[in-house]
Amino acid sequence: MTTRREFLKVSAAGGLAFGFHLPAANAQSVAPEINAWVVVRPDDTVIIRYARSEMGQGSMTSAAQLVAEELECDWSKVRVEYADTNAHVRRKRAWGDMAAVGSRTIRQSQDYLRKAGAGAREMLIAAAAQGWNAPVAECTASNGLITHGPSGRKTSFGKVAGEAAKLAPPKEVTLKDPKDWKIAGKPIRRVDIPDIVAGRIRYGIDAQLPGMVYAAIAQCPVFGGKLKSVDAAKIEGRRGVIRVLPMEDYVAVVADNWWRAKEALKELPIEWSFGGNESASSESIQQFLRAGLDDPSNVVVARRDGELEQGLAGAAKVLEAEYFTPYLAHATLEPMGCTAVVKDGRVDVWTSTQNAEASHATAAATAGVPLENVYVHRVQLGGGFGRRGGSQDFVRQGVQIAKAMGSTPVKLLWTREEDTQHDFYRPLSLVRMKAGLDASGNPVAWYARVSAPSIISTLLKLPLKEGVDPQAVVSFADQPYAIPVVRVEYAQRNPHVPVGFWRTVGHSQNPFMRECFVDELASAAGKDPYEYRRGLLPAATKEHGVLEATAKAAGWAGPLPAGVHRGIAVTEAYGSYVAAVAELAVNDKNVVDIKRLVLGIDCGHVVNPDNVVAQMQGSAVFMLTAMFWGDITIKDGRVEQSNFHDYRMMRLREMPKVEVVLAPSGGFWGGVGEPGQAAIAPAICNALFAATGRRIRSLPLKNHGFEIA
Amino acid sequence: MIQLTVNGRSREVDVEPEMPLLWVLRDVLDVKSPKFGCGIAQCGACTVHVNGEPVRSCSFPVSAAAGKRVLTLEGLAPAGRLHPVQQAWIEHQVPQCGYCQGGQILTAVALLRKKPNPTDNDIDEAMTNICRCGTYARIRTAIHAAAKSGKVKA
Repeated sequence: MTTRREFLKVSAAGGLAFGFHLPAANAQSVAPEINAWVVVRPDDTVIIRYARSEMGQGSMTSAAQLVAEELECDWSKVRVEYADTNAHVRRKRAWGDMAAVGSRTIRQSQDYLRKAGAGAREMLIAAAAQGWNAPVAECTASNGLITHGPSGRKTSFGKVAGEAAKLAPPKEVTLKDPKDWKIAGKPIRRVDIPDIVAGRIRYGIDAQLPGMVYAAIAQCPVFGGKLKSVDAAKIEGRRGVIRVLPMEDYVAVVADNWWRAKEALKELPIEWSFGGNESASSESIQQFLRAGLDDPSNVVVARRDGELEQGLAGAAKVLEAEYFTPYLAHATLEPMGCTAVVKDGRVDVWTSTQNAEASHATAAATAGVPLENVYVHRVQLGGGFGRRGGSQDFVRQGVQIAKAMGSTPVKLLWTREEDTQHDFYRPLSLVRMKAGLDASGNPVAWYARVSAPSIISTLLKLPLKEGVDPQAVVSFADQPYAIPVVRVEYAQRNPHVPVGFWRTVGHSQNPFMRECFVDELASAAGKDPYEYRRGLLPAATKEHGVLEATAKAAGWAGPLPAGVHRGIAVTEAYGSYVAAVAELAVNDKNVVDIKRLVLGIDCGHVVNPDNVVAQMQGSAVFMLTAMFWGDITIKDGRVEQSNFHDYRMMRLREMPKVEVVLAPSGGFWGGVGEPGQAAIAPAICNALFAATGRRIRSLPLKNHGFEIA
Repeated sequence: MIQLTVNGRSREVDVEPEMPLLWVLRDVLDVKSPKFGCGIAQCGACTVHVNGEPVRSCSFPVSAAAGKRVLTLEGLAPAGRLHPVQQAWIEHQVPQCGYCQGGQILTAVALLRKKPNPTDNDIDEAMTNICRCGTYARIRTAIHAAAKSGKVKA
């Protein structure tokens, strides 16, 4: 049994390898490579490769735990190394999908990661057996050692790795039952944390190359506009300024350090062609969305169970409400950036990316070189939250600027203002819901029409199946309650503001609307909001289970101090099931004192329980920030907010007490990076209703006069 | 030329006096742990110590650091011996992405120097740095743990 202290020692000694040197020798360990994921050195060090990205979600460690578990290696000898994107291209995508998006690193790689660990173990055992002239069946592996049962002979992984690497991989392997896990399923310490606290870890912004110059950019403030002219002479001769680069929709100033580039850019006269969107405002966008709700010719059906009109006609009572959620910026603490060198037909890129393959492809396309000539150097991300995956705008710019600068390395970095005003925002959404209740208050018909942009059509430019963007209608189209008649419709409305994936995306807004409206139904039925949900959720659903577990942990039925009120919500999200109970008090100045937030999650199998807790805690801060203050507004075609003074982030003193309930039911693999947010906003708003009698049907709460204690 | 001492080493830089200390550290002296987050002293990712006091180096002109001692995360653990705050950060698995954590750790070190046994309220007052990943609960726990360890020198 390895103790937490031992994990710490090893991680501190081992650390992560980051290459910042040219020409990049791509520090990837090559021999002896047992398979694409596992390299075993003669000194018994086990290198486990990691293909996706690490941005604090902890998957680099969890993924390695799954490989190590099946490999039967000694965790104290494990080091994690990024898979190389260039080798990935040359080896026909040996490492599969490299994107760390959609809370899918574990749930979509667990099968091949575990098989890679098991396959490598079988090869190491076979090599040892071969050396001993013993039957493979008499040999076993454990903790990095291979034992021949009958003779008691032992050898280590490192000693047989060279021979093992020459063997053919087994065709089939048997994976362990999770109940037998020794490394997976345990609260193992994250492998990157020692380097973080020592200041050794490197992010995209930290790339440093000999002879490197620095670029600051100004992009057209109105989305869709182009550069008309720039008066470069005005900043000529400023200290450190090297070049002014006019591009199609932005201007770059290149200097010998970034501050000089940024300061010179402020003095640079720039004229833009706004392209027709310069009169758009939050009001005009709202009207555009409202037309989506009101114009019946413009909608497609996302779900239809029974006939809505009949269902509503037969109801004893019909409720109707509209809910709204705004645009949100990602605000990763590390702003967008990209360091690149384009030299002799080769491109090297250092950037914080959630999708190294997409960065690789963007770099190749922008520079006009084959994929084989591109190297994307892997680094830690200073936050991702969806900003650095689907859109590779920063890589395109970085490579364009580097190409324009000949063979000189260039580090592009955005200001916070550029980052806030040139995001791909969490879409806004306007939703009309109706429900018919029978005489006992149970819903007999449910209707939702969603008027919202489509990320899939506008960002990914992919066709929509039957006109429905699944992200826009999620949690409505798959609502879990036993309601006989359900109709969900989608009106695609794409204003000029770019939209993208944002931590929890559709699940950050639709469960708020659905679960608050369910609360309205419970209230109209005169029923307890927990019991009402529980009664409508079939007992076999995971929602039912996690709702019960969370309510129990929160003591839902128990007494509350005077002035404290509760709210509850439940939903599926990213293959997991979450519930939240909020307890809060509101004073006469509308200051909300959140006494307690109980968050439950059933993610099936838990690979690293401490990391799941960390993700749930972080999700609480992320959602509370959004629901109290998050509001990107548009005026004159551009974003009004610019930095943290007007796009507020929650701080330590404002974080309430968060209790996490892990309620894994096994048998499936759910995500953990995003689901935590999904049930929080409705639980808080339902508690606000209990406290004040006010139904909150739009976010953020600051627009209703609420402040956090 | 402006002279300053960075992590115990005397350095001379030929830069504009108004250049923020952050960019002198990062781009001129290749000291990368102070991070750029906002540029307006809001987020604290750029926090370093100047003569023992935490400052937001993105908005601190290098001229104000002339002749003074600058400490960054790289200088907090001389010879690899982690500061008790760093140890507590590992013990309680505080960081997520880690980008803000250099600033958080240096702010916490300064707090503990002034208040070796801080109350929750002291932590609320001192720890105003933004963590976008939301590690605040663990930051609070780790500061209390570092204080209780008795290893923090006043």
